[in-house]
Amino acid sequence: MTQVADWAGSNPIKENRSRLIGKAVDRYEGPLKVSGTAAYAHEVVPPSPPAYGVMVPSTIARGRILSVDLAAARAAPGVALAWSHFDVPEQAPRNVMLNFFQPLTTPAFEFDRVSYWGEQVAFVVADTLENATAAAALVKVDYEIEAPEVTFDPIGDEGEHPPGESDVQVGDFAAAFAAAPVRVDAVWRTPPQNHCTMEPCATTAWWEGDKLTVHASVQLVRKTQHGLAETLKIPPENVHLLTRYIGGGFGAKASWYEDLTLAALASREIGRPVKVAFTRQQMMHGTIHRPATRLHARLGATPDGKLTAMSLITQTHLGRVGNFVERGSNFSRPLYSAPNRLTGHRIFHLDLPVAGAMRAPGEGSGTLAFECAMDELAEKLGIDPLELRVINEPEVNPEDGRPFSSRQLTRCLREGAERFGWDKRVSVPGRVRDGRWTLGLGMATAIRGSSLLPAKASFTVDAEGVITVKQGMTDIGTGTYTVLGQIAAETMGVPLKSVRVEIGDSELPPAPGSGGQFGAATAGSACFEAGMNLRKAIVEIAVADPASPLYGGPSENVTFQDGIVAISNRSETIAELIRRNRPDGLTVEGEIKPAEDSGKWSTQTYGAHFVEVGIDTVTGEVRVRRMLGVFAAGRILNYKTARSQLTGGMIWGVGSALTEGNAFDPRYGSFINQDMAAYLVPVQADIGELDAIMLDEEDEKANPMGIKGVGELGISGAGAAVANAIYNACGVRVRDYPITPDKVLAGLMALGK
Amino acid sequence: MRPFSYERATDAAGAAKAAAEHPNAKFIAGGTNLLDLMKLEIEHPAHLIDIGRLPLAAIEDTADGGLRIGAMVTNSRLAADERVRARYPVLVQAIVAGGSGQLRNKATTGGNLLQRTRCAYFYDTTKPCNKRLPGSGCSALEGLNRNSAILGASQACIATHPSDMAVALSILDAQVEVVSDNSRTIPLEDLHRLPGDTPHIETSLSAGELITAVVLPPPPSGGQVYRKVRDRASYAAGLASVAVAGGRMAFGAVAHKPWRAHLAEAVLAGGGSPSEAIAAELAPARSNGRNQFKIDLLHRLVPVAVETARSQGRGA
Ligand SMILES: Cc1cc2nc3c(=O)[nH]c(=O)nc-3n(C[C@H](O)[C@H](O)[C@H](O)COP(=O)(O)OP(=O)(O)OC[C@H]3O[C@@H](n4cnc5c(N)ncnc54)[C@H](O)[C@@H]3O)c2cc1C
Ligand code: SF4
Repeated sequence: MTQVADWAGSNPIKENRSRLIGKAVDRYEGPLKVSGTAAYAHEVVPPSPPAYGVMVPSTIARGRILSVDLAAARAAPGVALAWSHFDVPEQAPRNVMLNFFQPLTTPAFEFDRVSYWGEQVAFVVADTLENATAAAALVKVDYEIEAPEVTFDPIGDEGEHPPGESDVQVGDFAAAFAAAPVRVDAVWRTPPQNHCTMEPCATTAWWEGDKLTVHASVQLVRKTQHGLAETLKIPPENVHLLTRYIGGGFGAKASWYEDLTLAALASREIGRPVKVAFTRQQMMHGTIHRPATRLHARLGATPDGKLTAMSLITQTHLGRVGNFVERGSNFSRPLYSAPNRLTGHRIFHLDLPVAGAMRAPGEGSGTLAFECAMDELAEKLGIDPLELRVINEPEVNPEDGRPFSSRQLTRCLREGAERFGWDKRVSVPGRVRDGRWTLGLGMATAIRGSSLLPAKASFTVDAEGVITVKQGMTDIGTGTYTVLGQIAAETMGVPLKSVRVEIGDSELPPAPGSGGQFGAATAGSACFEAGMNLRKAIVEIAVADPASPLYGGPSENVTFQDGIVAISNRSETIAELIRRNRPDGLTVEGEIKPAEDSGKWSTQTYGAHFVEVGIDTVTGEVRVRRMLGVFAAGRILNYKTARSQLTGGMIWGVGSALTEGNAFDPRYGSFINQDMAAYLVPVQADIGELDAIMLDEEDEKANPMGIKGVGELGISGAGAAVANAIYNACGVRVRDYPITPDKVLAGLMALGK
Repeated sequence: MRPFSYERATDAAGAAKAAAEHPNAKFIAGGTNLLDLMKLEIEHPAHLIDIGRLPLAAIEDTADGGLRIGAMVTNSRLAADERVRARYPVLVQAIVAGGSGQLRNKATTGGNLLQRTRCAYFYDTTKPCNKRLPGSGCSALEGLNRNSAILGASQACIATHPSDMAVALSILDAQVEVVSDNSRTIPLEDLHRLPGDTPHIETSLSAGELITAVVLPPPPSGGQVYRKVRDRASYAAGLASVAVAGGRMAFGAVAHKPWRAHLAEAVLAGGGSPSEAIAAELAPARSNGRNQFKIDLLHRLVPVAVETARSQGRGA
């Protein structure tokens, strides 16, 4: 078993001889995507002309399907097939995800019950998308309607604990909080949010004999492949799943949906390829969303700013289907020292669509409360909010005493303050004006876990010296293709142009995929290991080859650089060596597993957000003027793609703070906003000056390369920094997100402004 | 979307004639609103008459010093026209406050006027909505009605008209030229209707009437300003907007039509303050709960907009 200590020595990534690690290399697939030449799942051209499937969602939130009349749809022009619960082919029952590695089945139309509004209840396949759409409109579903229970509005901290989970208590929170001289005790609310990936979920499927090929838009290759195979009750090796280019995931595509199941079933039934895509409207209900939360934060401190008690209780909702819990309190556990602690979660099962992972699940909601509570506490104490964080900086994980693998939060705070001009902040709200605008500064901490999962990769070197990386990994727009190429090139000592990356294919060595910001560390470490194994194999061949100048070794102290293998002053190109010895190429696998003792350390990524907002004192409109994030997230593989990930996260933070949110109409159980004209994500004009800076860091405990994740760190705390800036600008605290003009206006009016 | 037949019109009279011949025909101009509505099956015309190539894309000076804007002039071109920029800045500000650059490149003067409400329930065909399906009820009335009307609404419908451009046109006393078998001119103010009991009837146009132009008289004296309040900085429907030109004013996103504030104008003309003016105009305003803030918002916004216009007027 690997131990963390095994990763400590030097290696090609740490040496970084070609300076490729960290280099701001452009995304490989960027030009393909913007020029329309990257084929997304629905655009893949199948071997024969496809048919098109259109799903029919339920128009009730709860009840029973009495009958589905498909006659008119079946008789409509071009229709090949129509299904509902009553005639869909047999599938495995829906299972419950008990751990991350378990594949989920996604049977379509399993029950005659509707458990949420927008659940798929029927399906039509026709020769064209237009015919299928027109026919789908003819499907008549007869329901026995039951009144849905969809209102999530807890008044206290009531609710069920998630199964198998109890609150984490350290010390005696209640007593310490009661005794604390300075206290904050407040409740924040976050609304349901939708991912709004630019590319909706979609599948193209076809069969050759009993072998199924599916192109899908998913974040996790192997799990989706196995989930689909299980659903269809066929062996996983009979499912070839590809996902080459993905138009955004944000967590939505770490689950998979009826498009996948139905495309596969329908293609088998009619003997031709089938394409199925969600519409934008169907995406809102038919896939997952981030559930609403009620966040109760309590902080107690002594007048010198030392926290004596902290608590964060997150309440959230689940649908009747699925068991995802938005764990909004977890991130607060390693964050600040306080001897008395109480954190936990409460859940409510409602007749709502399936709750799921979205953009830093947990942090994405929880920081919106907790990091604002810190701001409120700082004000009560008369201490600068940044200093309050520094005062409460723990030496070890405050919950369990584990050492941190690395932690540079204070440096992030200090460096950010310096670059941003935090010293110009006037602590009394509403003192800085710019015409009709009142300006304010706010800050917050960012924190997000970092993990390493098991993964494999293979490297093939051919007679031209070109390295082909193969891995069942995904690139959901984050830059995975590119950073895997950089890792391969640097490990093998070849120029980037001599590397090809093939991912998004279930027949390649498995990696878990993209999610939880484990992607680069996990997939990248497996690639690194494959590269190290290939180096070893090349050296073995070289020292055993009498025709090579390297013949006879020694096998130690071999260098790989510019495509040349060298032992002291003797050298040969990789290409020549392979041409002579393995003209058909040489393939080697590599594998990474979490270290056996990795749990001894608390491994997180950190950052500090700084925001300047302007508030229109007449209308309550908030506009972000400047935003800076300073992050410490291990060794950075590519400063350009990492920065894009971080600034992207910060922009989502602006969305969470100011515009993003949906609401269920309690009468119908459906979201009110069903497209992107109504569900408002930030646009260019909402984002002023924006920058993300990454501190030098190498986390030797994280993995052999010392890298961590950045994909979800950027959003953590970003929205709270915006909210804190709003308070500093105008003295209004809105604890009900998003902070829209009507709410700011109400606050201004309550202050007599 | 349902199947439909399609023809491309070559002249205005022909387009109007074709519309008269097809009972369920629609003109399609930029298509930015109509196509969405068709895809969502909110509208299902059996026949489309594409007016995209009609020779209605000119902006011409009129004898009295105004402008005649062809119905097919795009929002982008109109907002970029030197004469419009010099004489009708409120119109330019209103247009660029709407949609996105891409939308404005396609959106036309005629289509913009006839765009339909953004009421969320109107867009969800599974919900009751009197405007979409007369007699089915109004989901917004007791629903999530933050964006609903506060002026001139009825129990049948509390939707707002979403056009920014139309609000500016209304204070510019624009006239709308239409043709069918004969032609007529309608004051812009009379183009859109209040919902009453028939919210599905939105304008005073008869079926098949084609808008050919919008005619602007010379601009009123005094400063002009358009202020739109919205949830995000761009590409969002208004929460409320105000257009001011000299002593005239109108509001957007608060009623079923661009709301020309005659009461407020009268108070101003009589020497009243902007606050008194808006108070008079909003006296009959009603909220349905979540849209109450629009009333507060206008109370605050209007005096500021009037002041801005006045100081601009003095500067000019
Ligand atoms: C996401 C989004 C955001 C938007 N935001 C805003 C906004 O903030 N502010 C704003 O003002 N607008 C906004 N719009 C609306 C946009 O301005 C309109 O869609 C556009 O102006 C319509 O013009 P068009 O030429 O595309 O009309 P079309 O879609 O072609 O037609 C619209 C209607 O007008 C009829 N019609 C068109 N031309 C004529 C004519 N000459 N005579 C008779 N009937 C005609 C059509 O039959 C149809 O019923 C937004 C639209 C979208 C999609
Ligand atoms: S306000 Fe009008 S458009 Fe909206 S639901 Fe009611 S009737 Fe329909």
